[in-house]
Amino acid sequence: MSRFFVLTLSGLTQGAIYAAMALALVMIWRATKVINFAQGAMAMFTTYLALFAIDHGAPYWVAFAVAITSGLLLGAIIERVLVRPVESAPPLNVVILTLGLLLFLEALAPMAFGGQIRSFPPAFSIVGLHLGNSQVAFSPFDAFTLGAVLAVMVLLMLLFQKTNLGLRMRASAFNPEVSGLLGIRVGRMLTLGWALASLVGALAGVLIAPSLLLYPTFMDDVLVFGFTGAVIGGLDSAVGAVVGGLLMGFALSYVGGYFGSDLETVGALVILIAVLMVRPRGLFSLQRLRQV
Amino acid sequence: MVAVRSRVDRLVAPTLRRHLLIALGAAAVLLLLSAQIGAYDDYNLTAVAIFAVAAAGLTLLTGLNGQLSLGHGALMAIGAYTASLLLKDHRQLPVIVVLLISVLSAGVIGIAFGYAAARLRGPYLAGATLTLAVALPQVATRYKSIFGGESGLTVPPSAPPDWLGADFPPERWLAWIALAAAVVTMLLLANLLRSAPGRAFKAVRDNEAAAALAGIDVARTQVLAFVISAACAGLAGALFAYWSGITSPAGFSLGLSLQLITAIVIGGLGSLAGAVWGSIVLVFVPLLTSGMASTVHLPSAVADNLPLAIYGGILVIAMLVAPHGIQGALRRILAIGRARWEYPPRGGQKGVVDWDDPAPGT
Repeated sequence: MSRFFVLTLSGLTQGAIYAAMALALVMIWRATKVINFAQGAMAMFTTYLALFAIDHGAPYWVAFAVAITSGLLLGAIIERVLVRPVESAPPLNVVILTLGLLLFLEALAPMAFGGQIRSFPPAFSIVGLHLGNSQVAFSPFDAFTLGAVLAVMVLLMLLFQKTNLGLRMRASAFNPEVSGLLGIRVGRMLTLGWALASLVGALAGVLIAPSLLLYPTFMDDVLVFGFTGAVIGGLDSAVGAVVGGLLMGFALSYVGGYFGSDLETVGALVILIAVLMVRPRGLFSLQRLRQV
Repeated sequence: MVAVRSRVDRLVAPTLRRHLLIALGAAAVLLLLSAQIGAYDDYNLTAVAIFAVAAAGLTLLTGLNGQLSLGHGALMAIGAYTASLLLKDHRQLPVIVVLLISVLSAGVIGIAFGYAAARLRGPYLAGATLTLAVALPQVATRYKSIFGGESGLTVPPSAPPDWLGADFPPERWLAWIALAAAVVTMLLLANLLRSAPGRAFKAVRDNEAAAALAGIDVARTQVLAFVISAACAGLAGALFAYWSGITSPAGFSLGLSLQLITAIVIGGLGSLAGAVWGSIVLVFVPLLTSGMASTVHLPSAVADNLPLAIYGGILVIAMLVAPHGIQGALRRILAIGRARWEYPPRGGQKGVVDWDDPAPGT
C-alpha cells in the first residue's frame, strides 16, 4: 500500500510535467493544426539559457524568468519565421520542418553551451517532506512543480475563456478565414498561440531538469509521453491534454514500479492503443466519430 | 483465350513492359556502378538501397494511402530480429530464404497493426505509431535471453558464392543483394500502383466517403496498404541486419523512423522515385556534412555537432524552398521544359504550367 502511495505521488509530479507538455502541443495543434515535434527541443534550449544565466551568477528566479521569457520569444519567432511560410504546403511538410528544427536545436545546444551532462538546481529542497515521523516521497520542489503547472493552466483557462484576447485566439483557431473577415488579426493570434505554448513547454523544461539532468536530448522522452498524453486526451481538448498527461504520469509510474522501468514505454503503448480502440479521437474529443 | 491475350496486351503489357525495361536498365547501371566503386562506397550504396526499400513501402502507406506512420523503424526492427533469430548460432540459410521469412513475419505483424491503424486518422495514427517506435525496442531490451538485450544479436555476413571467385569483396556481394531487393520491390510496387489496388489506395487517401461510395472497402484497403508497407519494412530490416552485422535496440531508435518519414517528404511525397531521392539524401548528406565539418578546424564540441546542425537546417530550408521535394522540383522543371517545347514563348506569352500542381502523383 505504501509502495502504491509512493508511486502515486511520483506519478502525480511526472504527470504534471507531461500534462504541461501535452497542453503545449494541444495549443499549437488547435491554433495551427501542427504537431510541434520541436517542442521538447525548444524547452531544452530555453532550459540551457536558464542554466547559462545561473552560471553567470543570476539567482534561480531570474533564471526561471529567463527560461519563461525566452520560451515565449522562441515560440513567436519560430511561428513567424519558419511555420508561417509553409502554412499552405502539404501538412506533412510542417512535420518535417519541426523535425528538422528538433535536430538543429539539439545540435546547436552543445555547440553553444558545451556537450557535457549538467545538473540543474531546483528552486526548493528535493528531500521528501516529513509527515508525522515518516518521510514521504513528496518534496517541496514537487509541490512547487505541481503548483506552477496548475497556476499556468488556470491562467491560460482564464485567458481563453474570460478575455477578449482569448476569444479572438479561439476564433482564429476555429475558423481563420471568417475571423479575418471579422477584423481579427489572425496572424498575430497564431503567433501568440505559439508563443504561449512555447512558454508552457519552457516551464515544463525548467521544472523537470533537476530530476532528469540537462543534456541536449533530455526532453525527448518528455515530448513522446506528452504527445501520447495529448493523443489519449484528444488533441482538440485542453482539458483532455491535462487529463491525458496525468494519466501517462500515473501509468508510467505504476508500470515502472511494479514491472520494471524497461517496460514503461510498452505500458504507454498498451494504454494508448486501448484508449484509441475505444475512442479513436481521444477521451475528450467532441467531434463526431468517423465510421470505418 | 485470344480475347484475353489481346486484352492483356492492350491494357497490362505496355505498363508492365515499361516497368520491366526500367527495372532492367536500373539493374544494369547499378551492377556496373557497384563494380566500379570501392568497398566503402559499396557499403554506402547498400545503405541507400535498404532505405529505398523501406521508404518505398512508407511512400505507399503515407504518400499514396494517406496513413501517417512515425513507427516504421519498429517494423524494420521486426524484419531485422526475424533475420537475426533465423541466423542465430551461425546457422547457415540462403539469403533469399531469410529475406522472404522476414518479409512474411513483418507482413503478418503488419496485419495486426493495420487493423488498429485503420481506425485512426492523422495525428492520432501518428501518436500511436510514434509510441510503437519507442516501445518496441524496449521489448528487445527486456527479453534478453531471446533478443540479446542491449548488446543485441550478431548476424553472420552472407558469404559471396564460389563462382564469383575467392577474392570477391563481401561488401559488393551485399550491395548486389540489397540493390536486387530494391529493384524488385520498386518493380512490384510500381505495378501495384498502376493496378486496381493502387488506384483504390489513392481514392481512399483523397476522399474516404467518395471511395466508399464507389464500392471500395475503405478499411480493407487501408489494412492492405499497411501490410504491404510493413512487408517492405521487414525486407529492409532484414537487409539492415546483414548490413550492420548486429541487431540491437539502439539501431532501431525513434530516429530511424523519423529518418524514413524525412526521406519520403524530402524526396517528394507520393512517388517511388521520390523515395529513392530521399534515401540518397539520407545517406549522403550526413557524410557530406561531416566531411565538410572535418576539413575546417573547430573545437570538438562544435565539430561533433555541426553535421547534425547542418542536416537539421537542410530539412528546414528544404521544406521552405521545395515543398514538393526533389521529385516535385524535377517535375516542375520538366513541366516548364515541356511547355516551352510545345508552346514556344512568343511576345511575352507564358508557357502553360500549373504551378500549384505540377503533375499528379505517380
